Amino acid sequence: MTDITTEKARIGAPSAQPFINGFTEEGESLSPLNAAESKSPLAGEAVKRHSHGGGVGVPDSSRAGRLTSYKLADFKPLTGMEEDWRFTPLKRLRGLHTEVLGGAAPSVSVTAPDNVIVETVGRDDRRIGSAAIPEDRVSANAWENFTEATVITVPAEVQAEGEVSVLLTGQGTGAAAQHVVIVAEKFSKSVVVLDHQGTAVVSENIEILVEDGAQLTVISLQEWNDDAVHASSQQAKLGRDAKFKHIVVSLGGDLVRVTPSARFTAPGAEAEMFGLYFADAGQHLEQRLFVDHAVANCKSNVLYKGALQGRNAHTVWVGDVLIRKEAEGTDTYEANRNLVLTDGARADSVPNLEIETGLIAGAGHASATGRFDDEHLFYLMARGIPEEVARRLVVRGFLNEIIQKIKVPAIEERLTAAVERELAATDN
Amino acid sequence: MSTLEIKDLHVSIDTEQGTKEILKGVSLTIRTGETHAIMGPNGSGKSTLASTIAGHPRYNVTAGTITLDGDDVLAMSVDERARAGLFLAMQYPVEVPGVSMTNFLRTAKTAIDGEAPKLRTWTKDVKAAMAQLRIDADFTQRNVNEGFSGGEKKRVEILQLELFKPKFAVLDETDSGLDVDALKVVSEGVNRAHAEGNMGTLLITHYTRILRYIKPDFVHVFVDGQVVEEGGPELADRLEEEGYDRYATGAGAATIAAADAAAQA
Repeated sequence: MTDITTEKARIGAPSAQPFINGFTEEGESLSPLNAAESKSPLAGEAVKRHSHGGGVGVPDSSRAGRLTSYKLADFKPLTGMEEDWRFTPLKRLRGLHTEVLGGAAPSVSVTAPDNVIVETVGRDDRRIGSAAIPEDRVSANAWENFTEATVITVPAEVQAEGEVSVLLTGQGTGAAAQHVVIVAEKFSKSVVVLDHQGTAVVSENIEILVEDGAQLTVISLQEWNDDAVHASSQQAKLGRDAKFKHIVVSLGGDLVRVTPSARFTAPGAEAEMFGLYFADAGQHLEQRLFVDHAVANCKSNVLYKGALQGRNAHTVWVGDVLIRKEAEGTDTYEANRNLVLTDGARADSVPNLEIETGLIAGAGHASATGRFDDEHLFYLMARGIPEEVARRLVVRGFLNEIIQKIKVPAIEERLTAAVERELAATDN
Repeated sequence: MSTLEIKDLHVSIDTEQGTKEILKGVSLTIRTGETHAIMGPNGSGKSTLASTIAGHPRYNVTAGTITLDGDDVLAMSVDERARAGLFLAMQYPVEVPGVSMTNFLRTAKTAIDGEAPKLRTWTKDVKAAMAQLRIDADFTQRNVNEGFSGGEKKRVEILQLELFKPKFAVLDETDSGLDVDALKVVSEGVNRAHAEGNMGTLLITHYTRILRYIKPDFVHVFVDGQVVEEGGPELADRLEEEGYDRYATGAGAATIAAADAAAQA
């Protein structure tokens, strides 16, 4: 078992590597070693080798080579120097990475249409692990410590009327573990809303299985109280011709770190991943996503938008898109836009695109972080609109692009109101 | 009856090479019901005058005054000027992503009038004004100026002029980039607004073409940040024939610009 790996193409990666080995202007010429390794999306050979190698060895610098394991012990204690933790203030994780997660998990209350099945199951349920393997220590810690899981199943060919609403209410500051599995069976169509509220210190694993021809929208709302700490791994596995829409909205909480992923396992599938975040003074809102184009002819589109205001408001967006050698005909685009409203806030934005085949329909990424555009402001004010109203109009418009994607009127209204409250805070 | 009075206006901008004076003592008085055309070669300061009246932060007034019925316009913020009754139809209207035209128009109208317009009549007014300017009804659902063509942007500026009913309208090269049909539509819009009898117009243009459709009462020729000649509509006719050439000799720095402009025209 070798751990010798070749640095793969990392376009836009904040890599200290001074060169891109094996990459020419024509595209990447893979070393045979790596080419053989890049296969299955969820547990590729390379991945397995690392995970079952007990965490020894140097992980591949490609996103595909990240250590994955159900065992906490396979992940080394965090130092903050790790690539995927370098932006996260570990001290504020309140033990999610160090303690046994024995606290009371947020209570789960599900409101669902009649034909959707909601179960509470034990650790040994066969559906546990069907869509995800932890990719970091905090996620693995939750996996080891959760006692029961909520499984939501939309049966085959069911078109769920109205959304499945999952209210997760924090039960205090004891570090806790949570587990939810969402299964959208073949040709089903549904919308699932994960609504996080209250005070919690919780590491959460959300497994999402989108079977062949299914259409699933998952909306994860983080409207926690100010003292909440939340790490959420939301991993989706997509079948043939599946359509998956994932929307992350992070507004509340002291530290929120959401790591969504979409892994294509069969051709013809589509993933749309959208995010909206609004960080106030002192808040740390982080989102790291991964789109794994492991098979041919799949589409992905990613757009995250954030606004920041106040001292030490900090947002992080890292978007990893991997187009494997097999993924010919891939069409992908990812973008992140941040609007910094006041001094003292910081937005980190890192789009990473790894391309192992040139035979694709399209691949693009974009990132822009800026202040208010004075010309926008001038135009609106020149029509009599006072400055603070003009600012709100622009920020609202900026974030509305994501809210409009939700298509659940009640939630759109709620989030519009939430954004208004955030904006009202700007004026104070 | 209102009066917009500009007296001995000096305006400069900050450039990488230092401060540059663009307007070098401009005086102008416009009253309700009057149409003043300001003409001049590129770089003569016409657009600077327009932006300064509206209060664009890039332009620094170093001397002189602008008053609206005696009130100090220069002391007002950009939005206060608009609410006081000044309207600038911009040369390059900016796109404002995420803000729908409907929302924008209603917000602006509310700000200018100090109260929300009555929904039923407002919607009707907007529809009618759009139809007259031959703007598609679906524009209201689109974001402000986003993806509009040059001509569409100019029509939407005039739409705002008609809806907001300002005391004074400053049209900054509204005619440039328009084909003849669009020019007629836009001119008719300005004439309609003018015909209501409560507005004075400052029409800034490089070409005489628009003056066939909007008749000026006064024509002022700008060269190098100053008014070098003033007259009635006949002055525009003369410019049409002779161009800006004859101002070139005495006008120092504007010489080349004027000659170029004439060559282009």
